[in-house]
Amino acid sequence: MTRNIHPVLIALTVLVFIFLVGPLIIVLGAALSDTSYLTFPPQGLSLRWFGNIFEIEAFRRTIVTSLEIAFLSTGIALLVGVPAAYALNRYRIQLPGWLSTLFILPVLVPELVLGFSLLKNVATQFHAPIFISLVLGHSLLVLPYVVRVISASLAAFDFSIEEAAISLGSPRLKTFFTILLPNVRSGVIAAFILAFITSINDVSISIFLTGPGISTLPIQILAHMEQFFDPTVASVSVLLMGLTVAVMAAVERTLGLTFFAK
Amino acid sequence: MTQALSIQNITAHYGTTKVLENLSLEVGEGELVSLLGASGCGKTTTLRLVAGFLEPTSGKIELGGKDLTRLPAHQRNIGLVFQNYALFPHLSVTDNVGFGLKQRGVTGPAKTKRVNAMLERVGLAPFGDRLPGALSGGQKQRVALARALVIEPPLLMFDEPLSNLDAKLRVDMRVEIRQLQRANGTTSVYVTHDQEEAFSISDRVAIMHAGRIMQLDMPETLYQRPANAFVARFVGFENLIPMMVVARDGDGVTAEAAGGVRLTLSQDQFGAIPDAFTLACRADGLAVTTGADGIPATLGLRTYLGRAYQYQCDTPAGHLTANGPLTRPLEIGAAARLVPVPEQCTILAPEAVA
Repeated sequence: MTRNIHPVLIALTVLVFIFLVGPLIIVLGAALSDTSYLTFPPQGLSLRWFGNIFEIEAFRRTIVTSLEIAFLSTGIALLVGVPAAYALNRYRIQLPGWLSTLFILPVLVPELVLGFSLLKNVATQFHAPIFISLVLGHSLLVLPYVVRVISASLAAFDFSIEEAAISLGSPRLKTFFTILLPNVRSGVIAAFILAFITSINDVSISIFLTGPGISTLPIQILAHMEQFFDPTVASVSVLLMGLTVAVMAAVERTLGLTFFAK
Repeated sequence: MTQALSIQNITAHYGTTKVLENLSLEVGEGELVSLLGASGCGKTTTLRLVAGFLEPTSGKIELGGKDLTRLPAHQRNIGLVFQNYALFPHLSVTDNVGFGLKQRGVTGPAKTKRVNAMLERVGLAPFGDRLPGALSGGQKQRVALARALVIEPPLLMFDEPLSNLDAKLRVDMRVEIRQLQRANGTTSVYVTHDQEEAFSISDRVAIMHAGRIMQLDMPETLYQRPANAFVARFVGFENLIPMMVVARDGDGVTAEAAGGVRLTLSQDQFGAIPDAFTLACRADGLAVTTGADGIPATLGLRTYLGRAYQYQCDTPAGHLTANGPLTRPLEIGAAARLVPVPEQCTILAPEAVA
């Protein structure tokens, strides 16, 4: 097979790649620099800024907090989102159309507005503890992803399968766990990962809800940058990127990346 | 015959739309009754009501003398076979078939034995380890059938089980379904829109329309003696000619249709003829002749049926469809006479047409 690829197309492709990957390479380079300030290309090679992350207590603490919040909020979003997606698909004909839009609203509203209104109404009004507000805020943030991804895998699900199980003597709730969930397993995993990454990386909601003593990793990165200009922020960023890549690779291995393309 | 399934005066709504009206149906022990009708006639709704996926607005459903009406679907013990097979995609053929037994607490060797015996019966013994995705349509429907039969339900229900199969396989499968059903003596309700399928597989057929059963009878009776105009049209009596008797002479009855068309019919051949009636004729029941008797007609479009020519005819009694012999094709515009053939015609009483 002969292929004639237009040189302009090749040039454009290369440019897009540089645009996508370039910043990541710069951050990686800066993180490896031996200097005490952010610079690119790196001068000297050193892993000491990675070590530095764990020497700064605030980074250690916020990494743990961020992971806790990500796990809890993703868990809550799954608990709400999976049944919601189920109902939206199962009773699509009976339910009004705006109901499914309702579940995407948190994505449509600017995150800053969402964060601010949460601060005003949850944190301030009800004096909710900071950690609880953060978990609730993140749950709301990631819920649309969960509902959308699970809905996508339920769209292909034939609900007469569920009725077949019920007719064979399996109660409704049991059927949900033994028949429905195993068939949307990949969707649930994809939703979990998307939600987890979204939570870990969030700044705009967290910035309103963090407070004395409790912060998340991205907020700590911002705070650190305000005081220091050393490569620690770059190495933390690389760490976050590494985590994301590891998770994506795990999904790719088990399910294939097509789950994100849906 | 004892009644296994008894549906009594069921009315059902979807929202505010009434989909079934005061429907009653009795199915005898070991009998196979088909619900036949176009989409939207209420046949699938009836099946879903019996299965417990819908609740009736009023009425009662009994199975083996036990009231099912408010029983949750999973406690009804009814085998279901779906149009799209509805196999569990993540379970092997063996686990699909064993699913119902597992719910009933049958496990271990007892379960394996029954599952294997059932797979043997539907000719799928070598496929136990396969996932449904690796089976053909016919094999999938056999698994679905085995899965429904293995729990030995007192009632088996089929929802258009053969619609997704190709024509040849459809005929083979319906013979297989009927053989299994008879061998097991399982009382069955079979939903279909395919008349040939319903007639060939059933002990009795209920022809449904607009949420009601228009006639429930043996296929032979439905085909030869429809009870009303709807069923008559449904089973192929294309020509319905309203007539009034003008003279009786022993066996012979002279009747007049619209446009002053007169026919003399023998009660010996057509059965008792009331004073007002509708003569229902299949296209084969109106012979196209060039004689002097019969309904005068001007022939329109001619189509070739293989066994006969079919003509669209204009007559004083209205538009009629009639068949003529292959030996003498007639041209458009030709004048002819249409003569009723008793074996392919039936007499509908006036109340049946109203």
